[in-house]
Amino acid sequence: MKVASISSTAIDTKSKQDELEKGTSLWADAASRMKKKPVAVVSFWFVAFYLGLALLCALDLIFTSYSVVNNDIAYQAPTWAHWFGTDVFGRDVLARAAHGTVTSLTVGFFGAGIAMFIGTFFGAIGGYFGGKIDDLVVWLYTTVDTIPGILLVVSFSFVMGPSLKTVCLAIGLTAWVGHCRIIRGEYIKHRDQDYVQGAAALGAGHIRRIFLHILPNVFHLILINFSLGFVGAIKSEVILSFLGLGVEPGTPSWGVMINDAKQELFRGVWWGLAAATIFMFFLVLAVNLFNSELRDALDPKLKNK
Amino acid sequence: MLKFAIRRTLYMFPILFGIALVTFLLFNVAGGDPAAQAAGKYATAEKIQEMRESLGIAGPLHEQFFGHLKQMATFDFGRSWSTKQTIRSMIFSGIGASVSLMVPVYVISLILAISLALLVAFLRGTFFDGATLVVSLALMSISSLVYILAGQYFVGYELGLFPINGWDSSLIARWQYLVLPTLIFVVLSLGSNVLFYRTVFLDQMYQDYVRTARSKGLADRVILFKHVLRNAMIPIITVVVTQLPFMILGSLLLESFFGIPGLGRMIVDAIQSSDFPVIKAMTTITAILVLVFQLVADLLYAVVDPRVQVR
Repeated sequence: MKVASISSTAIDTKSKQDELEKGTSLWADAASRMKKKPVAVVSFWFVAFYLGLALLCALDLIFTSYSVVNNDIAYQAPTWAHWFGTDVFGRDVLARAAHGTVTSLTVGFFGAGIAMFIGTFFGAIGGYFGGKIDDLVVWLYTTVDTIPGILLVVSFSFVMGPSLKTVCLAIGLTAWVGHCRIIRGEYIKHRDQDYVQGAAALGAGHIRRIFLHILPNVFHLILINFSLGFVGAIKSEVILSFLGLGVEPGTPSWGVMINDAKQELFRGVWWGLAAATIFMFFLVLAVNLFNSELRDALDPKLKNK
Repeated sequence: MLKFAIRRTLYMFPILFGIALVTFLLFNVAGGDPAAQAAGKYATAEKIQEMRESLGIAGPLHEQFFGHLKQMATFDFGRSWSTKQTIRSMIFSGIGASVSLMVPVYVISLILAISLALLVAFLRGTFFDGATLVVSLALMSISSLVYILAGQYFVGYELGLFPINGWDSSLIARWQYLVLPTLIFVVLSLGSNVLFYRTVFLDQMYQDYVRTARSKGLADRVILFKHVLRNAMIPIITVVVTQLPFMILGSLLLESFFGIPGLGRMIVDAIQSSDFPVIKAMTTITAILVLVFQLVADLLYAVVDPRVQVR
């Protein structure tokens, strides 16, 4: 990797030689720096916790009662049996919020994943080839960028009909612009550098140069943008639910829970809103903090500081 | 300058064509037959045909596309399916309400965010800076819907300080309906705004002119509040100008929750009643507005910063 660091603090020549041979990659370097930051470590474990929770919920191993309807106990305030009370159908709010994690992570991963894929692809070919192809890429993302994101997502979901798949697609197909712009800029910077010319001299074709040589060198930016897009997608799901363009009815979702609070709150039913907000708050905050630490750790300018 | 202005203006047309193409693909090609859906199960064939015509999806695709271009050129998007009014008149009646909500909202949050960001940039690296970063990220981790619901419930309902729903046609009497949404918007946008402007200021801190200013012995305070603030005005102006269309459009969520009869609520109503022509028109019009304001921002940019024209 081009940006591999070479430590110059070695004392004798022999260990210096060892260092030079091994080196540390950008990633190993970033990981070791992240481990020293308590905020990074804590936010990492929070994200890991959510992933575990979502996995266990998706496999129906915990909180299995999330769809059990019991009209006798509708809108029960929090008790020891139901920590966050029950909803309009007497379903356990905590279990629904936990299962909402699955929906949110799905939207986050696929929404941001699709956006990342499209943005990277167009940004890479536009920045790498330049000329007419680049003009086309710039035209495409300027056009999509001009249409306000929220209206595009809404129009898209509206046209496709509400479902989890639509939510992911609508977010993915609209959120790639910022990402594309950044990746394009990076490819313009990288395409004429020595290591790319070296690869060309050794007979590497365009595809190989774009995806095997340059891509690893911009991958950290893709990762940072992915986590930003992840958070954006989770927040968009809430807005789409409010507009009635979210997931299918019955699917546990934080957006639907927050949206239901519109009527519930003025009847004194606050626990649905509280559970969804708390679940969402810690996930989004953890991803945001992790992203901010990751950005610092991967910034070559801050190296050895 | 004139050459730049002409070139930049001409550049609008391919994008305009792109907007026409995307909205056309979205609503006329991918959308299936919304008329049949909206007309309901028992509609007569004539009724469906009439709705198709009102949406411009009756003829073959190339004719439809020209119809769409004509709508964009004349700003005549036909009538709403639910209110039967012309969309143009609906826009004119909603624009005032949206503007009277969004202008104070943007001005207040902008001034607050920039002052805070300057302060944070001045105290960069200190505990205060770190704490602001974390608090901003925390503020950004709560859904805007939660801010609105909590604000309406606690400030409006429990404390009874401001009405949570209503409107007055008199500009002076409507202030009481605007206080709470303004307050909520300022709080919910503070986190991301402060982080954004902090980055803008910090980007400037590593420029050569700052090093020069420092080397001639100027105090950090003078550099930040005089040199950096002035130079940062360029990106700030760009952001403000490109956000203007959203001031006209209003806030979808705030207008809908507070019963403000602006364009934002018009869109939400249209979505909830499947009012296809309105959604299509608003999407297209907003995109055109954004394009025009981007042009204005770029031209202003060229006036303020002569280096821009070279590119």
